[in-house]
Amino acid sequence: MTLTPVITEHWDAPDLYTLDGYQRFGGYRALRNALTMDPDAIITTIKDSGLRGRGGAGFPTGLKWSFVPQNDGKPHYLVVNADESEPGACKDIPIMMANPHALVEGVIISSFAIRASHAFIYIRGEVPNALRKVASAVAEARRAGFIGKNILGSGFDLEVVVHAGAGAYICGEETALLDSLEGFRGQPRLKPPFPAVAGLYASPTVINNVETICNIPYILDRGVDWFRQFGTEKSPGFKVWAVSGHVNRPGIYEAPLGITMRELLDYAGGVRNGGEVKFWLPGGSSVPMLTPDHLDIPMTYEEMAAAGTMLGTGTPMIFDTTVSVVKAVTRWLEFYKHESCGKCTPCREGTYWITGMLETFEHGHGAESDLEVLVSACNQIAGRSFCALGDAAATPFPAALKYFRDEFMAATQTPVDEQFDPVASYVFAGAVAR
Amino acid sequence: MAISETTIERMHALAAQYPKSRSALLPMLHLVQSEQGEVTPEGIAMCAEVLGLSPAEVTGVSTFYTMYKRKPVGKHHIGVCTNTLCALLGGDAVYDALSERLGVGHNEPTPDGGFSLERIECQAACTHAPVMTVDWEFMDDVTPSSAVDVVDRLERGERVESTRGPAIRDFQATEFSLAFPDDGLASEGNSVDDKMLAGLRYAKEHNMAAPTFGQES
Amino acid sequence: MTDMLNQEVVATVNVTIDGVELQVPKGTLAIRAAELIGVEIPRFCDHPLLEPVAACRACLIEVEGMPKPQPACAQVVSDGMTIHTQQSSAVARDAQEGVLEFLLLNHPLDCPVCDKGGECPLQNQAMSAGRSESRFEGEKRIFEKPIPISAQILLDRERCVSCARCTRFSEQIAGDPMIELLERGANQQVGIASDEPFNSYFSGNTIQICPVGALTSADYRFRSRPFDLVSTPTACEHCASGCSLRTDSRRGEVTRRLAWEDPQVNEDWNCDKGRFAFRYQAQDRITTPLVREDGTLRPASWPEAIDVAARGLQAAGSATGVLTGGRLSVEDAYGYAKFARGVLGTDHIDFRSRANSEEEAQFLRACVAGTPLTVSYAALESAPFVLLVAFEPEDESPIVYLRLRKAGTRVVSIATRGTKGLAKMGGSLLAVVPGREAQALRDLPADIRQALSQPGAVILVGERIAASVGGPTAVASLAAATGAALAWIPRRAGERGALDAGALSGLLPGGRPLTDARARSEVAAAWGVDADSLPSTPASDVLDAASRRSLKALLVAGVDPADMPAPFVTDAALERAAFIVSLDHHYSEITEFADVVLPVALVTEKSGTFIDWEGRPRPFAQVFKDSLAMSDASVLGMLARAMGATAGAWDGPGIRREITALGTWSGQSAEVPAVEPEVGPTDGFRLASWRELLDAGVMQEGEPHLAATARPVVAVVSSSALSALGSPASVTVTGPLGSVQLPVEAGEVLDNVIFVPMNAPGCSIYTDLGARIGAAVDVTAGGVA
Repeated sequence: MTLTPVITEHWDAPDLYTLDGYQRFGGYRALRNALTMDPDAIITTIKDSGLRGRGGAGFPTGLKWSFVPQNDGKPHYLVVNADESEPGACKDIPIMMANPHALVEGVIISSFAIRASHAFIYIRGEVPNALRKVASAVAEARRAGFIGKNILGSGFDLEVVVHAGAGAYICGEETALLDSLEGFRGQPRLKPPFPAVAGLYASPTVINNVETICNIPYILDRGVDWFRQFGTEKSPGFKVWAVSGHVNRPGIYEAPLGITMRELLDYAGGVRNGGEVKFWLPGGSSVPMLTPDHLDIPMTYEEMAAAGTMLGTGTPMIFDTTVSVVKAVTRWLEFYKHESCGKCTPCREGTYWITGMLETFEHGHGAESDLEVLVSACNQIAGRSFCALGDAAATPFPAALKYFRDEFMAATQTPVDEQFDPVASYVFAGAVAR
Repeated sequence: MAISETTIERMHALAAQYPKSRSALLPMLHLVQSEQGEVTPEGIAMCAEVLGLSPAEVTGVSTFYTMYKRKPVGKHHIGVCTNTLCALLGGDAVYDALSERLGVGHNEPTPDGGFSLERIECQAACTHAPVMTVDWEFMDDVTPSSAVDVVDRLERGERVESTRGPAIRDFQATEFSLAFPDDGLASEGNSVDDKMLAGLRYAKEHNMAAPTFGQES
Repeated sequence: MTDMLNQEVVATVNVTIDGVELQVPKGTLAIRAAELIGVEIPRFCDHPLLEPVAACRACLIEVEGMPKPQPACAQVVSDGMTIHTQQSSAVARDAQEGVLEFLLLNHPLDCPVCDKGGECPLQNQAMSAGRSESRFEGEKRIFEKPIPISAQILLDRERCVSCARCTRFSEQIAGDPMIELLERGANQQVGIASDEPFNSYFSGNTIQICPVGALTSADYRFRSRPFDLVSTPTACEHCASGCSLRTDSRRGEVTRRLAWEDPQVNEDWNCDKGRFAFRYQAQDRITTPLVREDGTLRPASWPEAIDVAARGLQAAGSATGVLTGGRLSVEDAYGYAKFARGVLGTDHIDFRSRANSEEEAQFLRACVAGTPLTVSYAALESAPFVLLVAFEPEDESPIVYLRLRKAGTRVVSIATRGTKGLAKMGGSLLAVVPGREAQALRDLPADIRQALSQPGAVILVGERIAASVGGPTAVASLAAATGAALAWIPRRAGERGALDAGALSGLLPGGRPLTDARARSEVAAAWGVDADSLPSTPASDVLDAASRRSLKALLVAGVDPADMPAPFVTDAALERAAFIVSLDHHYSEITEFADVVLPVALVTEKSGTFIDWEGRPRPFAQVFKDSLAMSDASVLGMLARAMGATAGAWDGPGIRREITALGTWSGQSAEVPAVEPEVGPTDGFRLASWRELLDAGVMQEGEPHLAATARPVVAVVSSSALSALGSPASVTVTGPLGSVQLPVEAGEVLDNVIFVPMNAPGCSIYTDLGARIGAAVDVTAGGVA
């Protein structure tokens, strides 16, 4: 399958991040047209396009928009989830740094469609360079009359606030993001009510991922039929794939949904040093890992689910045979333990327990019987925690055990660093003496 | 240390940006760090006063987020991603090298206050692993020696460019940018690099393109 | 109207739980529905009066059609829903067991030394629904334990299960978010801000609702095991809120008091004074009767003391004044009312040991005494509008504060000072000069009058209205003019009961006017006395009469002269009275003057009834069943018999029968007062004051941890007045008797008003300043010159 740069098409233009640069390539044309449309017609267009959320869950975007009650007398809000913090996910931050106006234009159109007069772009605080690029784009758009009162004479008013987070993975969970945006601890909210009915400030709110919103101007500008040329019936469109790990050319590759990992791997120059894939994850640490056996499965929401994993954020991580899966899983669990918000028991206590057990394996003194306890503890979290973070934390170990039980058995005897020389997995291996 | 009048005015300005003022709490706490170098009890009290909250409510928030520091960080706050991918690709070695160079561990400042070091979680730059941040600006694709070199140069007062972003300032300057992100630096430095262009370049080299408007594939 | 009709019809849904079909009101949570069929689903974060959070996950159940187990505490049942709890679902059982295992991972197994052991939901549920053995072999989380989060409350973070009941209570119910969850993940912990302790008036409730032993009190810590305690249902003796309590005792000593659930009154809550202030009971008790001989009190036998007292009172007869104080049970107050009229033949009786006036007495006789229970807590909750007059609920009737806050009722307060308590109720202030409430009531803005005209609107007036000339008159006429319901909320637990019992001149039991012949004959019949022997002319002010030597004897119950606005008048009355009989359980200033002291029972040593501000009886049972102490009424009965009178029953049950048989007055009420407001300039600084909940009150003695959570003692002036004084840190306030120096801060008072706590440690406006509410006081910056 061929590469199809759309969102990334003009990233090599040095001034794309500016209003002039963006407009030179047709930027804000979609907005001008959108403002002449009936907002409901825009929602219908997005529904018809089949666009699905690019944040990980893949929920149909137009459907989400259509849940917002209209004429309810309450203010509506659009919130962009730019809290990209999933281990392995690294596509929203590059989009915002390279093409911030695509996001801003998408925000204005989307707000118009859902009748929101206030939009918030919640960007994780650890990436000031993405924040300043988007904030600068918002300021430029405001000066150009695309944001503010009576935008382009349409009578539509919109304020856009660029908001910095402060370091909490959980804020990628949409209701935790809302609490965080309201100035609280970022802990997820009880649902129902769902954000579409009672979200930000208890008003109807749509929360969309950065990449999702960036699709909007292109779909409106070029049409549903154009969009549906890409991808599959259930997973239409293109995707900004970010390929990382032990490949020769890690980076951003934009291609239709349905491309295979083997094809992406090929574009990325193959496994480094001519090595082999040991395991890989299609979209973040929260999706079950796959093996070389799965390289030819089309990467769509539905095919990945059928393979027992998820497309997730669509940012594959490739690990070659120098890597200890025990170490990888332990480190991910340390992450989930660190990022568990603490609200619910299974996630708070379960990540504490599982991480502790895994660390015994990493140090070479895991107990074989603990493998079953680990599976059982994961089962006690999955489906029982308050939000998806718990489910995610319960994911890496069972998937790894399924494919690499022997490695965990070996870790009952030998520390993983003795089994796998850490230096071998470094990308600067040999360049450095420890 | 008392909060300055200017900062209090800015807090009110932040609060005014939102339909409900409490939304400004996170940016306000960044602002506190930009002035105080950490979230001080005075900063907590002032946020509480401006927003009509209790100090406990502000403390609950400030201790939830890892970017808010309870003790002074260095002039430059260095983060090394030690999440799985970066760690395995060399982040652990980078961290160890910096820890040795600076003589400090996780979330500790150097005695002279010049630097502090933190093991950070995934920075959304996995394509650029191993990733380091200096005052939260990207220092991509580091090695132990290049990371130590950055410290050396900063210590000598040399200008150090972020790999994707403007030149390094200091921790407090960045915290101010987080409170007010339209900081005038958007055009400084380079934000799009080879790795971000990898697919586009490949496509161009191989005459691949998305079908444009009206075209059938 | 349609809304009211709709409320009558409760929509229901049909649900099946563990195979049992039941019908429940729409909106019912699964955890409550299961309770209805006797199925107790484990829970920690769930509390019926707090918003569901579904955080602890202990209550996971299986709901048919849902892929994952659902938290029963947040799952609203819908029509046709089929639910399986742990009783009928392996999934639910497994999920619950898993959560309990998780909760115990980091829980220190220090149950043997934990206050909660034996009454601990975690312990109980671990026994009933948990694994018998732990699979956890790692290291438990370690925290320093315990840490004080106030002088009274200690926090053991190792035991905490992060259910957030305490933090949610403080924020949602008390409005005091001084404790919060801090940190996150496994480090999440309850905590306070570094410089603000958990000094909420309601902090003790968090200990009671904590489902583990994470929160304990300095007062009760390590004092007892729950299974060694004897529990008695009681009512709080402190204020007129009327809280139901459970008093736990062991070996003749009260070990702790808990709020006891009463949905109509205090729900599940009480205030810290009600919870912790009981140590006064055991201190400095009078153990034997005392008789004065050669100027000093000496122990005497009961027969001797009764004989001396009876002869002295007999000699004074109708020239005896009776002061009952505001803390008696309704039975005891009734005993005094009867003793005064039926035995002594005097109408010189007054329960008001506080600032009062004849106008107030008229108001109480006409508008409050014997009135049925119309304004209830529920009425406050449903009221569209509540006007507060000279009443600070958080300090003076904390459960009223909680209920107004819960309801989110629109509140306007005619008050001398705007407070945080008012802000926490979302109320707005109509600031007045102290003593000038009457004029403010007359000049009420039209929108407030209009709000009061809505059906269900309520006026709540405090006892401090007595300090406003024309105030009681203005309140009564405002209620009459607008149709708003009127309730009087005194501060002390016994005042409403004393009023209903007739312990006020001009008033017989059940709200009967003394001047009405039929009222007198009804009462005389009940007492078995000749109606003509009862006084028929209302008496004047007891203390005034005593100090003018027109009274020969005083019979005094638990009265503290320092509570009177003019202590020197009280002292003069005491000095000039020829003969004084004191019935008390503790030594006091009165006993120092008394000729005979007769010891009486504490609330723990008798059963009885308080009447709360609503007019609702609040019965309390006897905690120490083997106590030989006699109630006031029983002692009065002995005196009556020694004086050759009977006058009906003098024991608790007998008095209750008499009160019930008498019922309330059905005839013409007494005349409402008609007193013109005070006019004229209010020059200089005028003194605003009330008693804060925690202060130097004698019934708070012996509990230093509680005292340490009291609010700082400060004077409050307006910000412009503060600048005019030169923005000092402290001020000296001077009245006729003297001065106090206090820290000062700016607050919501008028520019010519200074607020000073009425009875704080080292600061009593009566004894230190000699000034009453509304008096002109001198205010200077800094210390005493």
